[in-house]
Amino acid sequence: MDNTSGFSVVRNQLFSFVRKEFYHVLRDKKVLLILFGMPIVQVLLFGFVLSNEVKDTRIIVIDGAHDEASRQLISKLEASRYFQVDNISSNESEIEPTFRQGKIKAAIVFPLNFQHDLQHGNSAQVQIITDGTDVNAANTINSYIISIIHDFSSQEKIPYRIIPEVRMLYNPQLLGAPNFVPGVMAMVLMLVCVMMTAVAIVKEKEMGTMEVLLVSPMRPLLVIISKAVPYLLLSLVNLSIIILLSVYVLDVPVKGSVVLLLSLSTLFIITCLALGILISIQTDSQQAAMFASLIGMLLPTIMLSGFMFPIENMPWPLQLISNIAPSRWYYIIVKDVMIKGAGFSSVWKETLILVTMTIVLLAISMKKFKIRLA
Amino acid sequence: MAISFVAPVMQFLILPLAANFEIKNINLAIVDHDRSSTSQKLVSQITGSGFFKLVDYSSSFKQAYHLIETDKADLILEVPSDLERNLIRENSGKVFIAMNAINGTKAVIGGNYLNAIIAETNKNILTELIPDVNLNQGIDLATTYWFNPKLNYKIALIPGILAILVTMIGGFLSALNIVKEKESGTIEQINVTPIRKIDFILGKLIPFWILAMIVFTIGLTLAYLIYDIVPQGSLLVLYSFISVYLLAVLGFGLLISTFCNTQQEAMFLAFFFVMIFILMGGLFTSIDSMPEWAKMITKINPVNYMINVMRLVVLKGSGFRDILLDFIVVLIMAVFLNGWAVLNYRKTN
Repeated sequence: MDNTSGFSVVRNQLFSFVRKEFYHVLRDKKVLLILFGMPIVQVLLFGFVLSNEVKDTRIIVIDGAHDEASRQLISKLEASRYFQVDNISSNESEIEPTFRQGKIKAAIVFPLNFQHDLQHGNSAQVQIITDGTDVNAANTINSYIISIIHDFSSQEKIPYRIIPEVRMLYNPQLLGAPNFVPGVMAMVLMLVCVMMTAVAIVKEKEMGTMEVLLVSPMRPLLVIISKAVPYLLLSLVNLSIIILLSVYVLDVPVKGSVVLLLSLSTLFIITCLALGILISIQTDSQQAAMFASLIGMLLPTIMLSGFMFPIENMPWPLQLISNIAPSRWYYIIVKDVMIKGAGFSSVWKETLILVTMTIVLLAISMKKFKIRLA
Repeated sequence: MAISFVAPVMQFLILPLAANFEIKNINLAIVDHDRSSTSQKLVSQITGSGFFKLVDYSSSFKQAYHLIETDKADLILEVPSDLERNLIRENSGKVFIAMNAINGTKAVIGGNYLNAIIAETNKNILTELIPDVNLNQGIDLATTYWFNPKLNYKIALIPGILAILVTMIGGFLSALNIVKEKESGTIEQINVTPIRKIDFILGKLIPFWILAMIVFTIGLTLAYLIYDIVPQGSLLVLYSFISVYLLAVLGFGLLISTFCNTQQEAMFLAFFFVMIFILMGGLFTSIDSMPEWAKMITKINPVNYMINVMRLVVLKGSGFRDILLDFIVVLIMAVFLNGWAVLNYRKTN
């Protein structure tokens, strides 16, 4: 047998194995449904449901004054789309029970002689009580209440003022989407590639069919590779769905080069597949593989990639650990290329890191991979 | 088995450390075309506030913008060359702030800080120019944050994280359970025994229920030991709610298990729902800000009730009457989900 035909035999073997694995994946309709349903639901959730903006926050007003000024201010609060005045009471002791029932997020207390104090040039003390159990909301609610009250009180112009004029770059309407679309991409790709691949390979071990595959004339490494190929293609389809949804449904366009985005995403997918293969080699049961991928994938992706929580606030050991999470680098790449429209020259460093990670992961897998099962 | 303990404990230890939205060290680039005493005052006020880190001070907007593009700066403050002149002649002068708003929350909070600092600077300039000005006039605002006066993220998040933790453990483990027996074929052996369906489901449920209760107790203890969080309300109220809630979650997992044939299926189905439940649970983003149709969906989301009750009882010290409604809803869910699981479990194919 000469070299060319040897190669074509390997190619034919690989091709038929990949086809076999495709049947495996496509046969399981429920898994497929979730696989494609997940990114869609996530994009829609993040696009339309989850936001950090404050609106319709229910508040209680304690108005002991019942005068013209307090009434005006209350109607100003009610008129803003941020607040919904649930209850106007004159009894301060009502605040605590309503907080305890979880009904309101803030309380505003007017002093007894509100208007009188205002008109006579004294300071009228207004108290704002905010529910501190939701820190972000508390901060924002507080600053909105303050700005509404300031608007109300600063009728006359104060001299010598510096007035800031604010411009929001990249995301002028302060939508959540530009921040989370890259995160969802990293999350879904991780999920499909790491968890699915790891579980699919371990399943063969658990069922005992792995031995059958390993004694086949196919090279063992190719067995593993052919298991990964269908997931590579599935991930690309998923990726396209997310990008299309974000462009056409969420109005988040791809500002940079689509080719660059897709090729770097493919690189990330390969990194994830390598991680999935490594997990599958190291574990023996589907449950163990699943939990290992949950720890190795979901936690770092959600917590350490900077997608949900800012990295710069983390204690330094966590910042250090975040460096080994592939999704951190992919998240930066997508944000730069897709949202900011940057070119390859600004993401080459992240790309290099991903390439190195992939090589290291594959090298470890290769070393740990044993043809004989224990 | 070990990993189902280790994973959540790790999550419990790491997540509160990671989930710190406190915005500090905002990287600021200042473009000062004015270089006047006013602009100096503004700059020193900003750098002295502790919220901002000055990464660049120049006269080139292009240079500053490049820093934003490369993520080295989050915010640009541009002082036009006529700030001081306008301030004196026209009573007010403008400064321009440009911020990287990809992360909206960060941008808004950073902007709030900067506004507050500028207001403070204004006051200083005013008292300097008109020494006898009455600044006390008007409304004096005092803010208090209840239940978490220092707005500590850890205190705010830990009850919710504990809620998510027991949900994940209960949901995943129970979802994988029956299906594992199906996959390995041992379910046949059980099916040929005279055991009743309801006893079988209960038998599956109770070990997980005990396990999840133990995990919850460990979590509560860790919260006390590490983060010094003591439930403000009664433990009895807390545990009676949790015990019913866990029944609902486990029932949900078992229901998934009865629908699926492979562990992979069950895992993905469980993951799919648990993820939606958690994201819509109101821990990271507030339910108030959701559109109406989404608010309706949160009414059938068990995690939402759990996070709510944890916050109420642990942080606010609410009593049983305050959470009665949540209790009843979760009880109905538990009966419904477990009943469905029993009905859906077939001994014969």
